[in-house]
Amino acid sequence: MKDETTIHGAVHTDLQHDSAIKHVTGRATYTDDIGEPVGTLHAYLGVSTETHARIRNMDLSSVLAVPGVVGVLTAEDIPGHNDISPTGRNDEPVFPTDKVEFNGQPLFAVIAETRDMARRAAELAKIDYETLPHALDAVAAQEAGYPHITDPLTLSRGDAGPALDAAEHRIAGRLVVGGQDHMYLEGHIAFAIPGEDDDVIVHCSTQHPSEAQHMVAHVLGVPSNAVTVNVRRMGGGFGGKESQMNLFCAVAAIAAKKWGRAVKIRPDRDQDMTATGKRHDFVIDYDIGFDDDGRIQAVDGSFAARCGFSSDLSGPVTDRALFHADNAYFYPHVRLESHPMKTNTVSNTAFRGFGGPQGVIAAERIIEEVAYALGKDTLEVRKANFYSGDGRNLTPYHQKVEDNIIGRVVEELEASADYQARRAAVLDQNAKGGVIRRGIALTPVKFGISFTATWYNQAGALVHVYNDGSIHLNHGGTEMGQGLNTKVAQVVADTFQVDVDRIKITGTTTEKVPNTSATAASSGSDLNGMAALDAAEQIKARLVDFAIERWQAEPSEVRFLPNRVQIRDEVIAFNDFIKQAYMARVHLSAAGFYKTPKIHWDRASGKGRPFYYYAYGAACSEVEIDTLTGEYRVLRTDILHDVGRSLNPVLDKGQVEGAFIQGMGWLTTEELWWNDAGRLRTHAPSTYKIPLASDRPRIFNVKLADWSENREMTIKRSKAVGEPPFMLGISVFESLSMAVASVADYRECPRLDAPATPECVLMAVERLKGRGAS
Amino acid sequence: METRHEIRFVLNDTEKSVANVSASQTLLDYLRLDQRLTGTKEGCAEGDCGACTILVGRLHDGVLKYEAVNACIRFLASLDGCHIVTVEHLVGPEGRLHPVQQAMVEHHGSQCGFCTPGFVMSLYALWMEISDPSEREIETALQGNLCRCTGYEPIIRAAQAVSQHGTPASDHLNRERSHNTSMLKALRDGSRVVTGPKDNRAILPANADDFAALLVEHPDATIVAGATDVGLWVTKFLRPISPAIFIGHLDDLKTTKIGETHMIIGAGVTYSEFGPLVAKHFPFLSDYWNRIAGWQVRNMGTIGGNIANGSPIGDTPPVLIALGAEVTLRRGSDRRTLLLEDFFVDYGKQDRAAGEFVESIRIPLPHSGQLDAAYKISKRRDEDISSVAVGISVKVEGDRISEARVVFGGMAATPKRAASAEAALVGQPWSEATFDTAAEALPRDFAPLSDWRASSNYRMRAAQNLLRRFFLEHDGAADLSVRLSA
Repeated sequence: MKDETTIHGAVHTDLQHDSAIKHVTGRATYTDDIGEPVGTLHAYLGVSTETHARIRNMDLSSVLAVPGVVGVLTAEDIPGHNDISPTGRNDEPVFPTDKVEFNGQPLFAVIAETRDMARRAAELAKIDYETLPHALDAVAAQEAGYPHITDPLTLSRGDAGPALDAAEHRIAGRLVVGGQDHMYLEGHIAFAIPGEDDDVIVHCSTQHPSEAQHMVAHVLGVPSNAVTVNVRRMGGGFGGKESQMNLFCAVAAIAAKKWGRAVKIRPDRDQDMTATGKRHDFVIDYDIGFDDDGRIQAVDGSFAARCGFSSDLSGPVTDRALFHADNAYFYPHVRLESHPMKTNTVSNTAFRGFGGPQGVIAAERIIEEVAYALGKDTLEVRKANFYSGDGRNLTPYHQKVEDNIIGRVVEELEASADYQARRAAVLDQNAKGGVIRRGIALTPVKFGISFTATWYNQAGALVHVYNDGSIHLNHGGTEMGQGLNTKVAQVVADTFQVDVDRIKITGTTTEKVPNTSATAASSGSDLNGMAALDAAEQIKARLVDFAIERWQAEPSEVRFLPNRVQIRDEVIAFNDFIKQAYMARVHLSAAGFYKTPKIHWDRASGKGRPFYYYAYGAACSEVEIDTLTGEYRVLRTDILHDVGRSLNPVLDKGQVEGAFIQGMGWLTTEELWWNDAGRLRTHAPSTYKIPLASDRPRIFNVKLADWSENREMTIKRSKAVGEPPFMLGISVFESLSMAVASVADYRECPRLDAPATPECVLMAVERLKGRGAS
Repeated sequence: METRHEIRFVLNDTEKSVANVSASQTLLDYLRLDQRLTGTKEGCAEGDCGACTILVGRLHDGVLKYEAVNACIRFLASLDGCHIVTVEHLVGPEGRLHPVQQAMVEHHGSQCGFCTPGFVMSLYALWMEISDPSEREIETALQGNLCRCTGYEPIIRAAQAVSQHGTPASDHLNRERSHNTSMLKALRDGSRVVTGPKDNRAILPANADDFAALLVEHPDATIVAGATDVGLWVTKFLRPISPAIFIGHLDDLKTTKIGETHMIIGAGVTYSEFGPLVAKHFPFLSDYWNRIAGWQVRNMGTIGGNIANGSPIGDTPPVLIALGAEVTLRRGSDRRTLLLEDFFVDYGKQDRAAGEFVESIRIPLPHSGQLDAAYKISKRRDEDISSVAVGISVKVEGDRISEARVVFGGMAATPKRAASAEAALVGQPWSEATFDTAAEALPRDFAPLSDWRASSNYRMRAAQNLLRRFFLEHDGAADLSVRLSA
């Protein structure tokens, strides 16, 4: 019996991912699964084996001589602009012409009948280099006098210098935070099909179809209206497919137009990891002043980042690090500056949190410094510094924190995780000595929601209601596993009061919704949900007008019931009602639009309201470490996270769990390691270790703060969820730190660097034991 | 002897006979490109992510057993006589989801979905073996599957719920077991298989004697057992392997003989096949054994292969040398036996003559009073290559150490005994001070490398501390745990 009181898939209810059945049966189509037209060619990149060098000569004759090779593409074959810089800085060529700037930089592409042929031929290039000195990391780049790759940012409020001098306690230190590879399971891929005139269709795995479209048009030298980019789904993105797919789309499209045949390009995992960007690693220098109670008085912080050879998104990424260097804490006097350094490495890019995590971890290190210096519990110091009421609610960028719920979130988690009793037990256990030591830490997160590039905060959607009552939904967001399509469909279902199964979710295409923003900055549901709501409400308004006219009803007499419409006393099935509307020539299609209100940001003055609202959360983790080897185990993690009024609690919980584990991986086993020659040696899952099922906390309790509601008018009062919980992983890092600190009776902040590999943990233990490694 | 030129196998429900199979043809490319079975995904092409996990059913002593393996590094030629089961084979009549699939959907075990078919296949293999697995058993079965979205929690919940949706007995692979068994039996004609073009030749010997003869004939051939290393030579390094002699199917290299004082295992015994013997005869090794690679790789990789490829970071040589293992090499019908520690000559160089192969390994069974341990340190606990591994075997008589073997991997160009550390132990009292002295002696034995797995400093310090751990763990005096929680 069908439930007539509610629809299936209403907002705020659990609903499985729309593709779940296709996922488990292997029937979900990814770009590499699309059937290839007869004659499809395959491209593969030839890359630099030098780290920084002038190209004297590039001899590709051996490449061309391989049977099955159709041709090569070099810079000379680019009909339009040899540039794919996403911010228009014109500093990122598709293929360089005179100079290579990192090891593994793409120099040319081979086009062949099969991927295997292209891949083997790409190895045969003879390139004559004149090697140049290189600088691999931010510190080496600063020492070598390398430039900022993009304009640095300074945020300041109050007067940090004098406040530091006047502080009762002052500590300066350095924290080195490693980068992170996205390690999406589906690597980069683009598949271009040439059309008539200038036209080309590109199927690919990108978070930013509009940018891919514009880049393809740019390199081809054609208007954007000639290029269609399609994305049905990605096998993971995490920011790694925001700008990094442009290269592959460009190569596939240029080759497809040149040879008039479909062209697919798919790098292997090693090339994917060496030729595309990662999370920025940072060297953070801090100078802090605080009082006897552990209240921070002043912070002076410098954030130097390894940006790579081009700017890519390094400007907004390093900006966001500064925006989050306060985390949830009020700094009475503060000065923060970024140093986005050019380096001879792959250009670093967006990755879940977009610089924010590197800012937050600095704030948490500052808390640790204060706590260990004063012999206090880190949680006590955290609470003493939380943003609060007037006078203590202004961020370093002069936005007021008006929706602060961190106090309640932390208080509830402290109780539900039994923090105080467990901390006492950890201290007792460690006091007994022994080689296994424990640590526990409860860390908060406050994360600002909105693109800091204000114009990105817009979205479009397209909704059609067909005359059989079925609904077609399209929007500018892309599906990478987060369940965006499911959530947006729930919004539309809710608007029309129809079962969600009635709504067809369709792939993202630049043909239906133009000028979209990247599905990034956790904004997918906020922006696209609102745009779809706008489209659905336009149609609904026309339907109401139609009903009023046809049934001579008052507006209040037209009600959308589950799968039915009631007009005065008459109840009509939704399908029949739609059929009647169609027959009466009601326009049943609408394009929706949304732009985030209230936000503004003036980068030059460092002032504004870059964020519409904040999302909050907290995690408590307990670990044990082996002080003989540095190995460790996460024993238990408890999480309480704020997603406002969740559109779909079970999907949001999945985001929180996944983000936590990914954040934990960033700070523990995921290590990017370049050799002195500049080659990245951790470039596949055999050498780059993301967490496994057995790395999960032995006990893992995750809860959403179900009482929370966004105070801003977001989609159904929900909050963004993609990025904020990533930083909950910091609780693991800080509990490792406490376990290490136990070997010196917690008298000193261990200054553990990230990632805290077993080696890093052991070396920190040995350092504190005061005997150093032999 | 008959020679056949086709590879014959069953793919899902269809019998296949494929001619001209190149040695380097991977199963994954065959499935995706030739058969358009695109449910099986390529995530890494090196056997480390599990997105390509499929099941391979194989007759062993007449019994059909299905195992999860990585299609990306598995060569098609090695599947002769096997049943290949892909995710497409799971859905029942009228599109009814398999219990594993139902549980994954119900518990929201997929997000982006790209790793999902691989997880489904690993969980399928687990469920057929253990219908009600513990969390620990699930984690072990999923060591070879990476998920970047979910954080694994919902997948674990799904794995625990599979049996609510059906029993393994009602699963179609079990219902059709006798039919499939007879199909596979019919494929076994005892012939030698030679296939593929001249420059990419695959040879499957009929039996071990045939293998011995073929290797004398082709001394430069690439020997492929589990392909967990050779697979990467092809997929990552594009190295030619022709002619390749495949031996994974040879049952006469999988025999195990257990005597009073020692056991002899065939070189073709996989890690998984050896697992039950570890539990029974070398219980100290159980945890270590489950940390060798991931489940799929343990199902494919062989102990003989781990020895023969001569890696300085192979997981089994340190502990086997510590136990006093010997290795038997065979050339044609000639055999010679040497101590395993003498087999490793230098980096990339083993005491193996042209035409010779590792036939079996002889492992002495531990005596009572013998203290044994094997420790592995890696960046990630599971499915990782060790930065340092050690096998330690010590005999204590009275209160003195009478014999000691301490063998490290990852510390030198080969798996190597720590002569100075051993000398510092033998004849000395069983005490912390003795082990400290042995630890201090280690820098005389090793000057380890720095690389992406660990620095030289760390390797040395961790190696020294593993000797201290050995003492603490076996001393019995310590009242506090010296090991991390499981």
